[in-house]
This record gives sequence, structure tokens and C-alpha cells, in this order.
Amino acid sequence: MSINKDLVAASSTPLVLAILAEGDSYGYAILKRVRELSGGALEWTDGMLYPVLHRLERAGHIESEWDTADSGRRRKYYRITEAGRKHLAEERRQWRTVDETLRNIWSPMTVVMKPHPYLLPLLQAEF
Amino acid sequence: MDLKPANHMPGDSLEKQIDAWRSHLQKSRAISGSDVKELEDHLREQIASLTAQGLSEDEAFLVAVKRMGAIDDLTREFAREHSDRLWKQLVLSREGVETGTEARDAGGSRTTWLAIGLAVLAGVAIKIPALFGIHFKDLDHGAFYPLNMSFFTLAFIAAYFAVDRKLPRRTMIKVALGFVLSAILVNAFPFYPNPGSHTQFLTSLHLPIALWLAVGVAYVGGRWRGNESRMDFVRFTGELFIYCVLIALGGGVLTALTIQLFKAIGLNAEPLAQNWIVPCGLAGASVIATWLVEAKQSVIENMAPVLTRIFAPLFSLMLIAFVITMVFTGRGIGAQREILIAFDLLLVVVFGLLLYSISARDPLASPGLFDWIQLVLVVTALVVDVLALWAIATRISEFGFTPNRVAALGENVVLLINLSVSAYYYARFVRGGIPFGRLTNWQTFYLYIFSAWAAVVAVIFPLVFGFE
Repeated sequence: MSINKDLVAASSTPLVLAILAEGDSYGYAILKRVRELSGGALEWTDGMLYPVLHRLERAGHIESEWDTADSGRRRKYYRITEAGRKHLAEERRQWRTVDETLRNIWSPMTVVMKPHPYLLPLLQAEF
Repeated sequence: MDLKPANHMPGDSLEKQIDAWRSHLQKSRAISGSDVKELEDHLREQIASLTAQGLSEDEAFLVAVKRMGAIDDLTREFAREHSDRLWKQLVLSREGVETGTEARDAGGSRTTWLAIGLAVLAGVAIKIPALFGIHFKDLDHGAFYPLNMSFFTLAFIAAYFAVDRKLPRRTMIKVALGFVLSAILVNAFPFYPNPGSHTQFLTSLHLPIALWLAVGVAYVGGRWRGNESRMDFVRFTGELFIYCVLIALGGGVLTALTIQLFKAIGLNAEPLAQNWIVPCGLAGASVIATWLVEAKQSVIENMAPVLTRIFAPLFSLMLIAFVITMVFTGRGIGAQREILIAFDLLLVVVFGLLLYSISARDPLASPGLFDWIQLVLVVTALVVDVLALWAIATRISEFGFTPNRVAALGENVVLLINLSVSAYYYARFVRGGIPFGRLTNWQTFYLYIFSAWAAVVAVIFPLVFGFE
């Protein structure tokens, strides 16, 4: 299943902030975490993460620092700021609202679309 | 982008592939050096993880690059986020200092301190004569500063290059000798019995032009022989001029505001401005402008050639209109002294337009429309100047020689020769006869002539005309 590009873009901010709220991290590890969390459903083009990180840094939601990684390479680490946590809470509230709204409209539909209990044994039967 | 895996030694080819990928990224202005490093770290980690899963290095590289995204898309995404980077920023860039790996920026901070240090020194030096009662705005010693201005500005510019280019000792001594000897000479000249004398004025005007050659020697780090390095010095001169004009405009605003603000509380800041802000600013600004030109040469488009492009056609039109008007109205050129100077200035402007269009032109490009415009400009300027010279020569033969007249006439001749030969070369070049390099070499050779003539006017004229 692939997710619409606009949705991927819109969810990038809360997702990155939430991952950084778990602990300091860097680009590659953030992407890996996104993949784990979404079970591979959220496909980001790797390079596109970095402009997002830079935008968040400019907005003051995260800050960055160059450090030496275990591999010996220089690596840029990101950390969420206090302002970032506040923003994350706000994002969360908004996403929850969107989520609830969609649920409310979709849940009756789910009922309608559920197969009649009478048919269940037939559908579940193994052929 | 060529990402085909090469069949070389495994480790070697991976590094080569990463190098190629990196250099593609680096071409974009929107992606900064530190961004490239960040992306490269990502790419390497991705490759390491894929090879750990059993892919070969080549395969891992291909997959990692694919996941990173097409470079065009990346560039667009970065440009959207960092649109400011598309505007080249000059002084304020701290990029690379963070990652600590970009040599140019590391060198940048060293030259910054060198420039600031020398600017302060120049500002202090220009006030030293005040200890001996010689002030900047001082009618009794009115000639001291104009006469010695080169030593408070050009000497420090030369010093900047001497340190920055790590000049060989012998070259350094030569340059220093040029300044010291001329300083002794012009101050030993007995101008004072006759303050405001014509030769003194001429010396003040021509000494900086002569000494500019010494700055040039320091600029090219002693390698004065190469035509290309001399052309670089010409480019530098044009940019320095423009930066000095810009800084002077800013300085003018600063001075005017200082005076007005202090006036508001009933204090007269004019002596302060005239004796401190203007001289110290002048001396310091010359070094700072030098440093700015040096720092920005690879960052921003050169301005002098841009101005040339705009004004060369306009001057051509003006001169053609002038010649046509002269022919149809039958008016001759008046032969006052100011007119001689006006024609000198015209030649200087035309020469400048020519020189800076040459400096920016790709020597290998074939002749184009702009070359024809240049040729028309130079030829019409020559025609106008010959007409003027004819008128003036008849006057001078009637009224005899004065230092000013001889200097103005000499300048006219020096420029006339340069432009005539340039026109000759240009004409042959646009018809495909000779390579463009001939024109360039002629101009860089002529720097000697300018300097020599200026030295003659500055040093020989006072002797010949008895410090008149």
C-alpha cells in the first residue's frame, strides 16, 4: 500500500518531532525508525528528509550538532527543543481531531460493509 | 548521471562512485557543503547496512542512491527550503566553520583578521602626522595629505598582499623600496615655497597610478610576468574601484548622519568628521575593500564587466550622435583647457569599457555582436579625439607649454596609442584574422606604459618645470 504524497509530506513534521522526542537521533536512524513504525507503508525518498529537518531547525523546533559517530565519520545529530515539544503537542491535537473526524464518518460505513454474520463461515472457509 | 558499476577493484570503485555522486550534488548552489556531508554520511550508512545484508558494494551503492532520490528532485527540495542560498552571501557565511573541513573558510577567517588589523593600522597611520601638527583639513599644510595619500592606502593594500601571498623576501623588498623611495622623493621636493603649485597637483594625481604597479607586483605574488596574472590584477582593480565607490557612499551617509545627529543636540561634529571619520575611514576602507574583493571573487559575478555591457553600447550611440551632429552643424571643437581634460576623461572611460569587456570575455569564443559594438565604440572615440587633438594642438602652439597642458596632452597620446592599437587588433580579430589573446596581451603589456608615464609626470615633471 502506498500513501499519497501530500499525506506523507503533511505527516512528516509530527513524525520527525515524535521520533526525536524519543531521543536524539540523525537522518539515517530517523528514516529507519519511520520504516519500522509504519511497517514499510510510509515510503520516504531518503534525501527528502533533510530539507524537512532543516526547516524544523530553522523554525526552532529542533537543533543540530556535528559530532563524531562510532564509525569515525562526522555526523549531524538532531535534538528536539522545548518549542519543538510544544509544537509536537499541538500537532498531535490536530491530527487526533482529524483522525476522530474520519473515524466518525467511516465507522458506520464499516458496519455496512461488514459481511452479514450468516455469510461469515462461508468467507472464512478454507478452500 | 553515470552510475554504471565499473569493473575495478571493489573498494576503489565504490569510493569513485561516491565521489562522482558527491560532485554532482556539489554543483547545486542550494545544497551547501555541510548538507553534502550529511547526505554522504547517510549514503554510506545505507550502503553499509545493505552490504551487511549480502548485497555487493556496487549493488548496495545503486540501491542507496535510488533511495536517496534523483539529484534534480533533491536539489529542487533543498532550493525550496533554502532559497536564500540562491543569493550568494558573502561575508556572513559561517557554513563550513561548523564542519571545520572547508579549507577556504578556514583561510577566510585568517585573512579577515589580517584585513581588520591592517585597516586599523592604516587608520592609525593616517593620524600620525596630526602629532606633528599636520591635520587632514588644514590649509597651511594643504598639500601634505594629497601628496602622501598613496602611502596611507596603497602601501597597506600592498602589505595585505605581501602577507597573504607570502611574498618572497626579494619581491617584498622591491615593493617596499618603491614606496619608501617615492615617499622620500615627493616629500623632499621643494613644493612648499609655492603651495598649490601645478606640478605638486600633478604629482599627487599621478603618484598613485605609478605606485599601483607596485601593488600589482604584490598582488600577483611576484609572478608579474604572466599575462594571465596581470589580467587578474586588472580585474581586481575594477572590482576594487566599484567596492571603494560603494563604501564611500556608505561612508558619506555615515558622516552626514553623524554631523546632523550631533547638531540636534547643539554640538558641531564637523571637525570630528573631517579630521577623524573621513581620513581614518578612507585609509581603512581601502584595505577592507581589497579584502572584500578577494573574498568574493569566486562568490559573486564581477561587476565591472556587467557595467561595461550596459554602457558600451550607450557610449557608442552617444559618440556617433556627437560626430553626426558635428558634421551636420559644421561646429568645430573649442580649444580650452577644460575641453582637453574632458577628452582625456572620454578616452579613459572608453579605455575602461574596452579593458573590462576584454577582461571578462572568453578568449576562445568567436567574434559576436558585442565585439562589433566595442570596435565601433573605440573607432568613434578615436575619430572624436583626433578632431579634438587637432584643435588643441593649434592652440598650444600659440600659447606655449604649461605642466598641466603637457600632462593632459601626454595622457591623451598615451591613451590614443593604446586605443589605436586595440582598434587595429580588434578589427583583425572580428574578421577572424588573429586570436583574441593578442588583444589581451597588448592590454596587459600596456600597464607598464601607464605606470611609466604616471611616474614621469609625478617625478620628472616637477624637476623639469622647476616645481612651478
